[in-house]
Amino acid sequence: MAPGLPPASGKAGFAGAVRSEWTKIRSVRSTYWTLIALVLISIGLGAAISAGAAGELIAHPGDKAGFDPTQVSLFAFFELGQLVIAVLGAMVITSEYSTGMIRTSLSVQPRRGTVLAAKAVVFGAVAAVVSVVVSFVAFFLGQALFASTGIGATLSEPGVLRAVAGSAVVVALVAMFSFGLGAIFRHTAATITTAIGIMFVLPIIVHIMPDSWQHNIIHWLPSSAGEVLTTTVGPPPPYHFSPWAQLAVTVAWVAAALVAGTILFRKRDA
Amino acid sequence: MIEVRGLTKRYGDKVAVNDLSFAVEPGKVTGFLGPNGAGKTTTMRCILGLDYPDAGTITVGGKRYADLAYPMREVGALIDAKAVHGGRSAYNHLLCLAQTNNLPKRRVDEVLELVGLSAVARKRAKGFSLGMSQRLGIAATMLGDPKVVMFDEPVNGLDPEGILWIRNFMKSLAAEGRTVFVSSHLMSEMEHTADHLIVVGKGKMIAASSMSEFIARSSGTAIRVKTPSPDSLVLAIAAEGGEATTEKDGTLLVRGMAAETVGDIAFEKGIRLHELAAVRASLEEAFMELTGDSVEYRAEVPAVAGRGV
Repeated sequence: MAPGLPPASGKAGFAGAVRSEWTKIRSVRSTYWTLIALVLISIGLGAAISAGAAGELIAHPGDKAGFDPTQVSLFAFFELGQLVIAVLGAMVITSEYSTGMIRTSLSVQPRRGTVLAAKAVVFGAVAAVVSVVVSFVAFFLGQALFASTGIGATLSEPGVLRAVAGSAVVVALVAMFSFGLGAIFRHTAATITTAIGIMFVLPIIVHIMPDSWQHNIIHWLPSSAGEVLTTTVGPPPPYHFSPWAQLAVTVAWVAAALVAGTILFRKRDA
Repeated sequence: MIEVRGLTKRYGDKVAVNDLSFAVEPGKVTGFLGPNGAGKTTTMRCILGLDYPDAGTITVGGKRYADLAYPMREVGALIDAKAVHGGRSAYNHLLCLAQTNNLPKRRVDEVLELVGLSAVARKRAKGFSLGMSQRLGIAATMLGDPKVVMFDEPVNGLDPEGILWIRNFMKSLAAEGRTVFVSSHLMSEMEHTADHLIVVGKGKMIAASSMSEFIARSSGTAIRVKTPSPDSLVLAIAAEGGEATTEKDGTLLVRGMAAETVGDIAFEKGIRLHELAAVRASLEEAFMELTGDSVEYRAEVPAVAGRGV
């Protein structure tokens, strides 16, 4: 019936799973639409914001003192771009459930830890590469637009490289956070709502709390790392940890989501 | 070879499968029959490790499914033809599956050719008709050239040509020595395809036997006799250990003896016969008779139905 398969050696393992996940992510349109949206928002909208800010500075030169050209150029990327990539992170896993593909995926590879790990690695790599590229492009484009104002940052200035690289890391982490939530909820809308809730709504809630509470809670939020890392001009936001420590807080949230997601993915009926 | 021992699976307080044990052997097509809700799909999902049993063990080729080195080379399963990402092309769908088990890329082209989907390989799955989706699912099961093939309702959505193709396909797989395990509701199809039957109802085993035995045991299988002297014949047959019942139109149905024996008895007693014929129950009749009590979700039968229930 079949012109014979090569004799079997080894087993269905991580390498095959990674190849499979790469095929999966690159073979659906939603991946490309999301990445295009990420670029348009981070770079396109980012440039518009930078250009607008440049115009303002020229009109009101007095504002130059506290202006943070690095942060402004990255604003669209790390505030809004993280949402877009969170959508992709969620869909990488929730679309398998919504289409029923998960049953096929887990029946060809019943070792579930392998499946989830391969998904995480492939998506994580995509998110990391894209974030780094987009973050640097947004930064350089922004600085080019600020050239006429005389205020532009360069990577060699203190805090700037940390801001550009750091925002890429934070966005990639948010992407993985969303991925972990996807494994927990298995449902696209619930995952994205929760991700948005934690990254955007939680900080707002904390800001309307009485001061003493705020001061103790704000640095435990995963969203705080972005603010601290991208501040290159003026004092860092108050009541926050240092940049590395704040990043560790975000990493802890991501780790928790991934661990919970892994446990549930392995234990639940498919 | 699939071996299921003491399988029990509960969803909440509903027991879907209750201490089920059976073996599915190579070289034949084994039909898995049962009313809706009998636990067939749950059983198949447990075999594939998609659901975790509450009790019992299942082995495929002597090993737990999760311990197989290359699951796709051991088992090819089609549980749900629509369990495909619609945005992906048929080719990429099969490719991503093949890659998980280190199968060569050429297998994708080979199985597409096998099921007749080569022309639409690059089309996205969401544009497929039910029949095409079914064939894509079958292609996926054959990627690893597996020793065991499991199908859950494979003829769903296939046209008559497709149904015939599947029937011959399953028979040829069995003839090659593979284990073929197929669950279906289409009795008329099963009758032509399956060699062995496992019948379940309400999560429990009802019957496990060859097709011929299953049908022979049904009360629908009998010798139909028309005679001007029914009463004498009934007595004569009873005296020889057979059982004869009288139908409304006066015809006798004899069970427990062969047609030749009935003929001989009639001859010896001088009873005239006008008709002597072997009536074989259909699989549907045999099945309905056996599982009548086990139907979970029974709909009302409208009064205009062709046959009585």
